Amino acid sequence: MAQKRVIVVGGGLAGLSTSMKLSEEGVAVDLFSLVPVKRSHSVCAQGGINACNDVARQQGYSEWEHFDETVFGGDFLAHQPPVLEMARMAPAIIDLLDRMGVPFSRTPEGNRDLRLFGGSLYKRTFYAGATTGQQLLYALDEQVRHHEVQGHVTKYEFWEFLAPVLDDNGRCVGIVAQDLRTMQIRSFRADAVVMATGGNGLIFGQSTMSIICTGSGTARCYQAGARLGNPEFVQVHPTAIPGEDKCRLMSESARGEGGRLWVPKKRQDSRHPNDIPEQERDYFLERLYPKYKNIVPRDIATREIFYICEQGYGIGGGQMVYLDLTEKATGIPYDVLKRKLGGILEIYEKFVGVDPLLEPMKIYPAVHYSMGGLWVDFAKDEKTGGLRKADPRNQMTNITGLYAAGEADYQYHGANRLGANSLLSCIFTGLFMAPGIKKFIESQPPVAEQAQTIYDAAVAGQQAVQSRLLNSKGTDNPYVMHRELGKAMSDNVTIIRSNAKLRQTLSLIESLKDRYQNNLGLPDSGLWNNQSLGFARACWDMILLGEAVTSAALAREESRGSHFKIPDELVDRHDLPLDKRALQRDDEHWLKSTLVSYVDGKATLSYEPVDVSLVAPRARNYGKVTAPATNAASAETAGAAV
Amino acid sequence: MIAPADIKKTVKLNILRQDTPDTHPYWQQFEVPCTPSSNVTSLLRSISANPVTAEGAQVAPPAYEASCLEEVCGSCTMLINGKVRQACSTLVRKIQSGHPDEPITIEPLTKFPVIRDLVVDRSRMFENLKRIKAWIPIDSSYNLGPGPKITPEEQQTMYPLSRCMTCGSCLEACPQFTRDNNFLGAQIFSIARYYNMHPNGKTEKDARMEVLMGEGGITDCGNAQNCVKVCPKEIPLTESIGIIGRAATVYSIKKFFSK
Ligand SMILES: Cc1cc2nc3c(=O)[nH]c(=O)nc-3n(C[C@H](O)[C@H](O)[C@H](O)COP(=O)(O)OP(=O)(O)OC[C@H]3O[C@@H](n4cnc5c(N)ncnc54)[C@H](O)[C@@H]3O)c2cc1C
Ligand code: SF4
Ligand code: FES
Repeated sequence: MAQKRVIVVGGGLAGLSTSMKLSEEGVAVDLFSLVPVKRSHSVCAQGGINACNDVARQQGYSEWEHFDETVFGGDFLAHQPPVLEMARMAPAIIDLLDRMGVPFSRTPEGNRDLRLFGGSLYKRTFYAGATTGQQLLYALDEQVRHHEVQGHVTKYEFWEFLAPVLDDNGRCVGIVAQDLRTMQIRSFRADAVVMATGGNGLIFGQSTMSIICTGSGTARCYQAGARLGNPEFVQVHPTAIPGEDKCRLMSESARGEGGRLWVPKKRQDSRHPNDIPEQERDYFLERLYPKYKNIVPRDIATREIFYICEQGYGIGGGQMVYLDLTEKATGIPYDVLKRKLGGILEIYEKFVGVDPLLEPMKIYPAVHYSMGGLWVDFAKDEKTGGLRKADPRNQMTNITGLYAAGEADYQYHGANRLGANSLLSCIFTGLFMAPGIKKFIESQPPVAEQAQTIYDAAVAGQQAVQSRLLNSKGTDNPYVMHRELGKAMSDNVTIIRSNAKLRQTLSLIESLKDRYQNNLGLPDSGLWNNQSLGFARACWDMILLGEAVTSAALAREESRGSHFKIPDELVDRHDLPLDKRALQRDDEHWLKSTLVSYVDGKATLSYEPVDVSLVAPRARNYGKVTAPATNAASAETAGAAV
Repeated sequence: MIAPADIKKTVKLNILRQDTPDTHPYWQQFEVPCTPSSNVTSLLRSISANPVTAEGAQVAPPAYEASCLEEVCGSCTMLINGKVRQACSTLVRKIQSGHPDEPITIEPLTKFPVIRDLVVDRSRMFENLKRIKAWIPIDSSYNLGPGPKITPEEQQTMYPLSRCMTCGSCLEACPQFTRDNNFLGAQIFSIARYYNMHPNGKTEKDARMEVLMGEGGITDCGNAQNCVKVCPKEIPLTESIGIIGRAATVYSIKKFFSK
């Protein structure tokens, strides 16, 4: 009998850790990726990875605190058992990465150094300069290469996943994929399939994500019957360099290492920032959140930036504020920050042309992370409060045999992700789920026995889609349609949401769907490395994901974490602080996960309760104060949810 | 989320195109909108949205690789005005300063086989990583405690080496590295140095040295020193080459005496 095989789609941190662990468990892996796995989006991660550690522990921190911060940071929308299990495993993950040779930054004594990150008062973030994701990705890439050489893993790079193959009982038994060079479409059998295809920032046009992050993997499973969980929760990161092609992130580590956000106290102050004296600057986060200061969670910092700009205090009256790393503001010498943050300082310098240690950076929020994603199951261990080890249900979608991990799933970050928790959740899910997948495939009849006909039919289906696309002779270029979608999503479905704007977006999406189906024009009809074809296919996926996000946001009549809704009539009441305009968190009606299914060509919503069995939901405001006015804006309390 | 209010102008691009690996390359000119913050990838993206040549012909958009758009994934490496660069971090205003009206030329890397247009096959670099055992061997991923202690000095030497993004710039610039030989090149020498430094990576050092001293190995380095000049991550490549060279001498003496 042929050896059982698992297909892993995606070679970022989640896909690589899954592949590594499966190989170790003796399961053969076929690993698919759009790009060489070493170029996956995880390479962009900058700031670090969280775990309880000896120093923090002696200061009163624990895995439980890490868990509690994560569910609190996520405004109680995350199921608690998986989060607890992740926090418990985090220290062992750091040790593992250390053994794999990740060049973590060191203290003078040679210990792994720590930095402060959002939503915590303890230093519990490990890092490698300001290119932590790159270092982690490379370390896992090397381990998987080692397995590849030993014949445990077969890589399919420059291959695109097109659809899962389901048998008559609805079990996932393989995939259809396309070689992006020869354009050959073929099926692959697998006893289980793992989707580790990352986030979907591209549906918002510009984001901090890599331009391959279209969410196509998720969207194709959604169209095949997989449910999405909480798609309306989209993280807008407070600090990025605005850009026309991409918003380049300035990691939270900049603030964790002492960077400060400010605006001039005088509206439209035209002086150079270095010439504005200390007492004429409003360090607004420090003023509003004396305890957490510049490292309040992202949803909150983002809304405060939005509000202060709305009030006219943005740089030059526009939509930008200062992120200050100069020695004058931080008191930290140039060389120290250069060593700790080099990777991101270079990005600013390369793209803006200014040394951010000598002059404050100009930043604004940008779409950054998809909290929502493929809905996945978990098996709670009643004894430990965490997850049952090696249970096949962990991370399985509602399609039997189809799993999801990493940013592609919805499970760990609730309504708002804390910084440096994603690299952790990616690696955790990969390592933790693998034994359960092994158990699953052992319990199932081998797919080698499946009839070839279902695979042939799946291939034929994809070939039909392709020939329709190649022959489309309309006038709507997919890249242009994507721009339209991105602009609407970005304008209407990010920091502030109102039902009127959400409805408007849905009707635009309706028309995009129609234009896509009736007037698409593909600029390339060839069958060799045709990139327009892949993009056109992803364009449809993005339209559908946009619809899921927007519909779910429209339905959710409350504010929670990144989802912040203002009734239509109050949107323009700039005289009121944001939290006086917005709906409040409503646990009675909305402490539930949104589930979205694709039914009859449309997003269809349902809900399920959140497992809050470990800590009871409590109010979340990070000690916001209504400090005495230092300028007009400060008299009001802006931003935070209840 | 907001684009700076930039004044639009246009820029001309001469792109060397090639439809398939075995057809002839040809030039095509495009004129595309450009703002003060445009980079070369955003120009290529505009062509995809409106693939019309300067002469008005509707063509298939040029194929190219790009992903991170912040010079950390290595995808978008190509020749821009004859120099090897990352298209995403090449700002138009910078390369055009002084001669704003001259067309920008864009060509694929020359040291790797062309797949289509600006897309080349760099799998040789990844295959070489396998040859030199570019990994730290571990027993398993079970919890077996922390790794070895590393001093801050060691970390600060190793960290820059591990930022190599497999872009191939150093190989493109190297006179010794050609399409039809098997010279390993600076990328591999530097990565090998990295693994040889690590307390556990050292266990494979001898096997690595065998490859580095074999055909296409360190002795073929002609010391042109172009690599270090073009490496976008400013990796001290010539230093790595020196260290691997000396390690090779030590290794051959050791081998000689242990015969
Ligand atoms: C700029 C930036 C900085 C960040 N910094 C941090 C940080 O400091 N700490 C932290 O915890 N998190 C950080 N994050 C978040 C974190 O980087 C991501 O959430 C995480 O890397 C996602 O990993 P992943 O493995 O799930 O997916 P990815 O790394 O996105 O990998 C997805 C994989 O799927 C493949 N793929 C996708 N679609 C298809 C398809 N259709 N067919 C075949 N293959 C496909 C891709 O090729 C790729 O290999 C940051 C994010 C950004 C944008
Ligand atoms: S050494 Fe530098 S130039 Fe060479 S592949 Fe690595 S990053 Fe690119
Ligand atoms: S797109 Fe990643 S280096 Fe340019």
